[in-house]
This record gives sequence, C-alpha cells and structure tokens, in this order.
Amino acid sequence: MANLAQAIRMALHYGEEHLGVTDIFGQDVGAPLGGVFTATQGLKTAWNTPLDERGIIGTALGIAYAGGKPVAEIQFCDYIYNVIDLLKLCGNAHWSSAGEFNVPMVVMTPVGSGIHGSMYHSHSFESMMTHIQGWKVVMPSNAKDAYGLLISAIKEPNPVMFLAPKALMRQKGDELIPGEPADEKTLNAMINAPLGDRTAWTPRWPELTDFSVPIGEAKLVREGTRATVVSYGRMLPICVTAADDLAREGLDFDVIDLRTLYPLDVPTLKRSVEKTGRLLIVNEDTEITNYGEHVMRKMIDEAFYSLEAPPVLLAGLDVPGVGLAWGYEQNSVPQPEEIVNAMRKLATERA
Amino acid sequence: MAQATPSPAETRSQNGAAATSSQVAAPEPPAALHPPLTPERKVAMHDLMVKARATEEMLIRMMRTGHGYFWIGGPGEEAFGVPTGMLVHKGEGPDFDYLHLHYRSSPLVLAMGAEPIDLMRQMRSTATDPYSKGRNFVNHFAIKRWNVVPVTPTIETQYVVALGTGRVQRRHGGKGLSIITGGDAGTAEGDFASCLNWATRPGEELPLLILVAQNFYGISTPAGQVQASPDIAQRAAPFGIPHRVIDGNDPVLAYEALAEAMDYIRTERKPFCLQGNVSRLYGHSSSSGAQRHAERDCVLEYEQRLQDEDLMTKAEIEAVWQRWQTLLQEGLAQVIQEPMPGKEHVLQHVFYEDKITQLQEN
Repeated sequence: MANLAQAIRMALHYGEEHLGVTDIFGQDVGAPLGGVFTATQGLKTAWNTPLDERGIIGTALGIAYAGGKPVAEIQFCDYIYNVIDLLKLCGNAHWSSAGEFNVPMVVMTPVGSGIHGSMYHSHSFESMMTHIQGWKVVMPSNAKDAYGLLISAIKEPNPVMFLAPKALMRQKGDELIPGEPADEKTLNAMINAPLGDRTAWTPRWPELTDFSVPIGEAKLVREGTRATVVSYGRMLPICVTAADDLAREGLDFDVIDLRTLYPLDVPTLKRSVEKTGRLLIVNEDTEITNYGEHVMRKMIDEAFYSLEAPPVLLAGLDVPGVGLAWGYEQNSVPQPEEIVNAMRKLATERA
Repeated sequence: MAQATPSPAETRSQNGAAATSSQVAAPEPPAALHPPLTPERKVAMHDLMVKARATEEMLIRMMRTGHGYFWIGGPGEEAFGVPTGMLVHKGEGPDFDYLHLHYRSSPLVLAMGAEPIDLMRQMRSTATDPYSKGRNFVNHFAIKRWNVVPVTPTIETQYVVALGTGRVQRRHGGKGLSIITGGDAGTAEGDFASCLNWATRPGEELPLLILVAQNFYGISTPAGQVQASPDIAQRAAPFGIPHRVIDGNDPVLAYEALAEAMDYIRTERKPFCLQGNVSRLYGHSSSSGAQRHAERDCVLEYEQRLQDEDLMTKAEIEAVWQRWQTLLQEGLAQVIQEPMPGKEHVLQHVFYEDKITQLQEN
C-alpha cells in the first residue's frame, strides 16, 4: 500500500495529467530532492523556489490570476506565519473584487508533532488557518483520503489549504488508491527516486484514476453508542485505536474523521451527537482559541438538548512550542493513554 | 547599464517634488513596439491627465461633502501614470499586460479607459461599484477584462503576486508583461526585494515592469528619515536589472522612458525597474486632510508646455477641463441615487459560485 507521501505524489501526478496543474513549487520541491518528505518526487511541473515563503504564496496567487493551476508548498507550517497577509489576500480576492476574480490555488504544508521536530517543525496550523476566510481547509488521516482530498482540492475554484500530518507521511494506507499496484514493492520501484544520483531517473507512473473525497464530507470510521469522538490528521488513528481497545471493555464509540475542517460537516456531527449525547474532540493544536472549540460551539448550537454530559476538548497545552526532549512532547501533546482515559471517562460519566 | 545616480539635490526641487534626472538603463530595443508620441497623442495625453486630475478632485469633494468615508488616490502622479496607461497592451489573459497596482494608480487606470463614474461609485461605496461592490476604499480596482488584478491596501504584496503572472507570461510567450506600481514607502517591505530576486533567477527571468512612484513620503514620514537613498531603482543594480530614475512630473519624458522600458521587456522577456519622482498634491489621504500641497503640478506644467509648443490654446485647455467637470457633475447626480449594499450582499462572493446555503450551515 502507498504511504501518505506517495499518495500526495500520485494525486499531484494525476493533477498534472488530467486536472490542469501547471506548477508544483516550493523550497526543495523540485529535483533533485522532490520535497523533504519526498511527496513531490518525479513530478514534471515541480520546481524549486528561493527560500522565500512570501515569494511562494505571491507567485501562487499570480499564477491563479493568470489562469494557471498552482500547487505551492510551504515546507513546514511553522514557516508560514510570515505570509498570513498573503493568505488573507488569496482568501478575500473573490469577495473584495465583487466576484470579478477567483483564486483556484492549493497550498500544502506539513503540520503537527510526532517526529521529534522541536519548536519549529511541530506546530499545528488548523486553528489559525480556519480563521482565514475564503479558504477551504482539509487534512487527511490516511493515504487514500490524502489522494482523494488533494484531487478535490485541485478541482476547487477556490483556494484550498491542504494540511499534511507529517508524522503520518510514512504511514501506509490500508486501502488501495485507484490504479495503485497491489504490490508495494512494485509501487516503490515505479515512483520512488533512488538514493544517490537520480539525475537519470524518471518515474513510471501507475494508471491512476479519478478519486475524489468531497470537500466538506466527514467520515464515520467507527460506529458506537457511548460517545462521539471527533478528530482528524495525526490524532485520528490514535482515537481509532483507543476506540478499538475500549470496545473490548464494552464501550463503543462513534469516531468521526473530519477530513475537511472548513466547511465543517455539521450534519454528520449532529447526527452522531444526537445519537450518543456525548462529545469529545481531540487535536494537537494548543488549547486556547482552538479549532475544536468551534466544533464544540456548533454542537452546542445544533444539538444542545441531546447532550447528556459536558462536551470535552482534549488538545495541546497552551505553551509556546513542542520542546525537543521527549518529556516536553509527551506532556504537552495528547498521548494515547490520555485519549483512552478521556474517552472512558466521558462514556461512563453519569448523565 | 546604470550610470552614476544624481544626488538627491539634483533629483528634487525645493518644494518637495522632483526635478529632472535620468540614468541610462537598457540596451537599445530592436524596434519600437509602441505608438510614437505624435502631436495628436500629446493632446490626447493632456485630455487623460485632466480626466484623472478632475476625477480625483471630484472624489475629494465627495469625501468632504459626505458622499464617501475615506479618500486616497493619485493626484500628482498623472505625468507618470497616464503614459503608463496609454502604453498598456490592454486585454484579458497572458497575451496582454497584467496590472499589479497600488492605490495611487487612478491616472493609469483612467488612461486605460476606466469611467470616472465607476471611481465615484467606489468612493460612495454603492452596490453598483464594479470594483468591489462598496467593500473597498476608492482606487482599489479589479478589472478582469483588462488584467487589472485586485488592488489591496497592503502596498507591497503586488511585488510578489506579479511573479506569478510573470511566470505564466514567460511560459506563454508573446509580448505580454506584468506591470507593478508602488510607492517609495512600500519598497521598504521585503516583497520588493523578493521581486527583484525571483525576477532574475538564471534562465527564469520574468517580463516585469517594476515602477516606483517616488513621492518622498510614507504617510507623514519623509523618505529621507527612513531610506538611505531616494533612488530606489538603484536597488535593481545588483540583480543586473536595467533601471532608471526620471522626472515623473514630465509626461513626455515619462512616455518615452516607459515605452523604452516596455519595448525592452516585450523583446528581451526580462525585468526593468523605472522610478518616477512625482508629487503628492493632496497629501497621503483624507486622514491627513487632503489639503492641496505646494508641490510641482505636472498638469499645469504640461499645459504651459502645450501652449508653448502651439499644440493647444488656453481656451482649448479650459474646454477640456469644462468637459470633464461637467461629466463628473452629472456622474455625481447619478451616483448619489444608486443603491447601497445591504444584508443581501454580505455573503455574496465569499466563495466562487456563492455557496451561501452551505456557509449558513457552518
């Protein structure tokens, strides 16, 4: 099975071949590296930029204005903060121009902790990003969704931020991407650049087909009755494992993978919360003005009288960064045991 | 390439505006790609300069008489902006010029053919404002059919957005270029340096015309307090970009300099940086009172020149003013009757294809 980085690579290839992608670019995105996570290896429209995030986002906006289809990368979201005003412009161009211009562009950036990334390779960005209007924001938790969400993002006539959970980049999927060879070694031989000199290397792409995960559609990945667990990205598989473990104790959960953070799939959340009466939101962003607070507020608005217990947000501590030593990350970012405990407590709390 | 830069004393007269100065820049273009500045075109240029000045003065009057919240614009930049607008290859798509403008670009856009009444609509924030539907300040244009991408108040971002349109044009081929306008203050931002760097990547040079309107102020701060040299265009030198500083109050000199720069870019597909030293006749904006300042007036100077050259009489000049002022007055009567935006407009255009229902659910 393809891993998440390979899934991104294949979606971009599909975009180049079938969806009009004209430029895939960013720091180290082109040859020879093909991205620090290898997600852009072998792509025919990939090119290297100066180490200049403002130039990268400005160029993407200009290409979109001129009829191109750019996919820009900011190497880590920790380095995206100096382009916030440009992201604002991308998001407000359609509104401020009274509908005259639209901005069909995609920005990809790796987010989150889990790779010993220290203070500047561990930030989360969804709480910031969902506060920038005019953008759609997606975040996969597995390879197949990464493929389908990125294809949807490329098809969008509006700007889309594709947040890639960096700790899952090497995580293999458990479902084949349409067109992906069943044998993993075959896939690797076809699309992975060799180590060392790769100047003569060209990929052999599989015959990929269109597969879209619609933007705005969450997925119920575990079904239960005791509580609703809402998560996305890196935290999602941890929540799934927790749900599977607790099922052996007789506690079953709805686990919802949001996949799209904006626009939020309110109907799917509402259906689940009305059924379970309990809500836990899990993410690794810092807890103050956390995106999960928005999810909570929407459920208070939409399903208050179904709630049997106070909704809970389990998020990162409100500290300036994720420290390098394991003790920092372990004690500031939600860990599997904490998630299990939070789920068990919520499911067994008296109504 | 660039010659020695004149001293600030040479580039600026006592009243705060520019005198003449110039720097040699590009190699000779192979053939002129622009219309020559014939006597008829000189007269037409005057008409457009008056159109721009009279429009801006009407906008200021509107602000003063309660027909708008805030004014900012470009009176004093007519001699630099109007020739630019006259030389633009106007249309939609990469075969034509892209315009990445700042908010003092009314002379340029009016010279391209914009209707003054549309600026008045934006000034009054009417729902009929074609550039922003009453959402943005006046002189914040967005005209897709002419490649005028949305103007923003950020003053520097246009320098990096132009890198994208320039890239598309480089790939597309043809003669189209991307024109960026900005003031001296905005060049202090890093985006100006980004523009110079990205535009000259080896083998990936971009067809950009980088225009700097040096008015010697950033809101209230004199340029001399915050910039080592008033000749911003010099910053292009280390990048190998041809550059030149001119008297932006001389429309004939500006026309020729702009035409030469554009011909170079259209032919060589490489950037050029041209600085025009201009006046800021009504200060920064209405926030500083929009009072008339004692700086050189390029329209008055040009009118004297046209009379000296026997191209126009005083009566003909007065008739031009009269015609535009009458049109503007009629425009005002029209604009004040037009509808204002309301609740029904708020959610329009948040996303392309107006998914209002979806938004309300979220």
